[in-house]
Amino acid sequence: MKSPTRNFLIAPLCGLGLLNAVAVADTTAAGEVNLYSYRKPQLIQPMLAAFTADTGIAVNAVYAKNGMLERLRNEAANSPADVVLTSDIGRLTDLKNAGLTQAFASAALQRNLPAEVRDPAHHWFGLTARARILVTAKQRVARREISRYEDLAEPKWRRRLCSRSGKHAYNLALLAAMIHWHGEAAAQQWLAGVKANLARSPQGNDRAQVKAIAEGVCDVAWINHYYLYQMANDAEQRAAAATVRVVFPNQHGRGAHMNISGMAMTKHAPNRDNAARLMEFLAADHAQKMYAEINGEYPVNRRIEPNAYLQSLGAFKRDTLALSRIAGQRAAASKMTDRVGYND
Amino acid sequence: MTAGAATQHRRRRAAWQIFPRLDAWQLGAFCVAALCLLPVATILWLAFFPNENIWSHLLATTLPKYVGNTLLLLGGVGGFVLVTGVATAGLVTTCEFPLRKWLEWLLLLPLAMPAYVVAYLYTDLLEFAGPVQSALRAAFGWQLASDYWFPAIRSLGGAIMVMGLVLYPYVYLLARASLLEQSRYLLDISRLLGRGPLSTFFYVSLPIARPAIAVGVALALMETLNDFGTVDFFAVQTLTAGLYDVWLNMDNLGGAAQIAATMLAFAMLLIALEYRGRRHRRFQQSAGRFAAKTRRPLHGVGKWAALAGCAAPVLFGFFVPAAVLLRYAVIHFDASWSGQFREYAFNSLWVSTIAAATSVALAIGVGYARRLHGSLATAAARIASLGYAVPGAVLAVGVLIPLAAVDNAVDAWLRAHFNFSSGLLLSGSSAAIIFAYVIRFLAVAIGAVEASFGKVSEAMHMAARTLGHGAWRTLRRFHLPLLKSGVLTAALIIFVDCMKELPATLLLRPFNFETLATHVYHFAADEMLAQSALGALCIVVAGLLPILILSRTIAHDAISKRGEHDATHPLTNQPSATATAAEKL
Repeated sequence: MKSPTRNFLIAPLCGLGLLNAVAVADTTAAGEVNLYSYRKPQLIQPMLAAFTADTGIAVNAVYAKNGMLERLRNEAANSPADVVLTSDIGRLTDLKNAGLTQAFASAALQRNLPAEVRDPAHHWFGLTARARILVTAKQRVARREISRYEDLAEPKWRRRLCSRSGKHAYNLALLAAMIHWHGEAAAQQWLAGVKANLARSPQGNDRAQVKAIAEGVCDVAWINHYYLYQMANDAEQRAAAATVRVVFPNQHGRGAHMNISGMAMTKHAPNRDNAARLMEFLAADHAQKMYAEINGEYPVNRRIEPNAYLQSLGAFKRDTLALSRIAGQRAAASKMTDRVGYND
Repeated sequence: MTAGAATQHRRRRAAWQIFPRLDAWQLGAFCVAALCLLPVATILWLAFFPNENIWSHLLATTLPKYVGNTLLLLGGVGGFVLVTGVATAGLVTTCEFPLRKWLEWLLLLPLAMPAYVVAYLYTDLLEFAGPVQSALRAAFGWQLASDYWFPAIRSLGGAIMVMGLVLYPYVYLLARASLLEQSRYLLDISRLLGRGPLSTFFYVSLPIARPAIAVGVALALMETLNDFGTVDFFAVQTLTAGLYDVWLNMDNLGGAAQIAATMLAFAMLLIALEYRGRRHRRFQQSAGRFAAKTRRPLHGVGKWAALAGCAAPVLFGFFVPAAVLLRYAVIHFDASWSGQFREYAFNSLWVSTIAAATSVALAIGVGYARRLHGSLATAAARIASLGYAVPGAVLAVGVLIPLAAVDNAVDAWLRAHFNFSSGLLLSGSSAAIIFAYVIRFLAVAIGAVEASFGKVSEAMHMAARTLGHGAWRTLRRFHLPLLKSGVLTAALIIFVDCMKELPATLLLRPFNFETLATHVYHFAADEMLAQSALGALCIVVAGLLPILILSRTIAHDAISKRGEHDATHPLTNQPSATATAAEKL
C-alpha cells in the first residue's frame, strides 16, 4: 500500500524538479542580462533588440507590475535579475528604499543624463521624460483660457474637467509635486477644487480623457504627452486627438510637471558587466533616439532631439524639481486623494 | 499462522489503534493541506507587520465606500445570477417552447468568457464612439455626449451586468440539475392538492432546489470577490481596489495583507454557505425515485417570452462578445498569428495541463483519505480549498515568499556543505506558476472528487475491502473507474481556469515566458484589446471544451428515460451513479 502512495506524492515533485533544471540552465548561461520590467513589452522590445544586435548579449525579461518588488526582495542574493525598468519614479524610489538596488557610478550615464533625472546616490536613472500636459477642447476653450495646473480648481471649470483615477501613479506624482510647491493644506484645497469641477467620476486611462473631450463630455483634461502622439498615429483615434489643443502648463512659473520612466541595477546583479552595458546603451544616443521616435517620449539625453511631432508642439519649460522630492510625497498624496474622496 | 506471528500481528494492530489516523493517505492529505495553507498563512503573517497602521486612515476615508461597493457588487451580481439562473433553469426543465433543446446547453456558453474580456468588449460596443451610440446619434441627430443620456458602462451597474452575464451559468447548471432530479410524484401531489403549475414551482420545486441554488450563488460570488480586471477597468472601488492601493501606492504590503485577510473572511462565509448547501442536498437525496417529467407546452405570448428570456443571456453573455472578438481576430489575424503566438499558446497549454493533472491527482488523494478516515481528512480538504478564496495577486505573493525562502535555504545549505550554489530552484521557474495554479484551483478538484466519491455508497467500498482488496487496489480498481468522468470534467475546468489566470502568472513566471493570458493582458491594459483578440479568442475556445462535454451530458439527459443523469460537473454533485457503481462491482 505504501509504495504506490509514495509514488503518487513523489511523481509531481520529480516533475517540478525537471522543470527547474530547464529554468536554471536558462538563467546561468553566459552573455546574458536579465531584466525585470514594469513597462510593457511592446514599449521596450525595439530597444532591447537593438542592444542584442549591437553587443551580442541576449536580454531575458519578465514583465509584471504588481509584486515585482516582493519578488526581488524575497529572491534576495540569489535573484537572477540584473536590471529593473519602471514606468514611473515611485517604483524606482520604492526599490531603492527597500535596499534592492546598488549604486552604479557610471561616467557615461552622468555625462548623458541631466542631474534632475537621476538619483544623487546613483541608484536609479531616468530613461525617458514625459510632461503632464493640459489638453483643451479646441472648439470650446479659448487659446489662453487656462495656463496653470492651479487653474483647474477655479470655479469656472465646474463640470468641465475629466480625470483618470486619482490613484494612478501619474496623478499621484502631479499631486505630490503640488504638495511640494504649495504645502499640504493648499494642495488639498486645490485637489478638492479639481474634484468639484469633474464632469464624471475619474475613469479610463489618459487616452480615454482625450476621447471624452472629443465626445463633449468635458472640456479640459491632463495627460502624459505621448498618449497624444500615439493617438495621432492610430487610425481609429486620430480624429479624437485632433479635437484637442495642447497646453504646456505653468510656463511663466516653475514649468510643466515631468515624470520619468527609469532603470536601476539590482543589488545582487549576477551579470553586473552586462547590466552596466545595457544601462549605458539605453541612455546613449542610439536608444534614446529610438525611444523618441517610436514611443514619442522626450529623450532624457539632451543631445537627442524629440521626434517631429513633439517638435511641432514647440519647446517648453520643464519643472526641474528633483524627482526624488516628488517620490517622497507620494504616500501623502495617496492619502490626500482618499480624504478628498477624489475617485468617488 | 504460528502463534508468534499471530501475537506480532495483534501487537501491530494495537499500535495501529493508538494512532489510527496516521496512515499514508492521511499523512498525504495533511501534506497537501499544509502546502496549500502555506501561502494563506504567509499572507496572514504579513498582516502582522504593516509599515504603518492604515486602518484609522482607511476607516476615516475610503473603507466604508470600499465595503459598501463590494457589498453592492456582491448583492447585484447575486441577484442577477439568482434571477437569471433560476428563471432559465425553471423554463427549460418545466416548459416546452421553441429551441428549448438547444437553449438547454447554449445557456452554459457564457461560462467560457473571461469577465474582463467581456468588460473590454462591451465598453467598445457601448461607449460614445461605439456602434450603438453612433447609431443613436445618427438616428436622432445628436452631436455631443451632453445632448442625450446614455447609461455609463463603466460603472457599478456595468460591472454587475458583465459579471452577472458570465457567472449566471453556475446557478443555471445547479438549479437545472436539482429541478430535474426532483421526484415527479411530489409535484403531482402538489397539483392534486390544488396548486397551479406556477405555484407548485415556487412553493414546492424551488424550496427543494434551494440548497443547490445557494451553492451556485456562492460560487458566483466567490468569483466576483476575486475579480480585479473588471472592477479596475470599470473604476468601481471595491475592497480589491483598496488592497492594491495600500500595497502599491502606499508601499504597505502588511496593510494590504490585512485587507486580504478581511476579504478571506468574506470568502470563508461564502464557503460555509456553500457547504451548508451541500450538506442539505445530501440529506435530501433520499426523498424518492426519479420519474420522467412531462414539460408543459407553452402557447402564444408565453411561448415567445420564454424563448426570449432564455435566449437573451446566451446572446448577450456569449454571442455578442464572441462576435466582436471574432471580428477583431479576423482583422488583426496576419499581425497576430506568428511563431511567437504559437509559443504562447503552447506555454498556456502545457502549464495548464500539468496544473490540472496535479490538482486532480492531489484531490483524489485527499478525497480518498476522507473516504478511508473521515473527519480529520475532511479538515485537511477544507484547508486545501482555502486558496480559492484569495485574490490572485495576493496569492502570488503568498506563494513567492515561502518558495524563495526554501530556495535560499537550500542554496545556503549547499554552499555551506558542498561549496555549490543551486540558485533559485522553485521561484522564478514554471514550477512556481504550477504550484500557484494548483493552490488556487485545488478547491474545484476537491469539490468534484468529493462529489464523485459521494455517489459511491460506503457499503460498496466496504464490500470491495471485504473481498480482499487493499486501500490502494480498491481505489484503482473500484473508485477510479467510477470517478473518471467527474475527475475529467474537473480537470478540464481547472485547465480552463489556468488558461485564464493572470496575476499569479504575471508575477511568478520565468524569463521570456508569455502565455496567451499575459499576451492579451499586455495589449488590453493599454486599451488595445483588438490587437490581441486572437489570443483572447483562443482562451474562449479552450473554455468551450469542458462546456461542450457538459452539454453532451445534458443532451444525454434529455433522452434518458429516468430523467436521472450522470452529470459530473464538480459543482453539481449529482447522486446518480449508484446504479452504475453496482453494475461495475
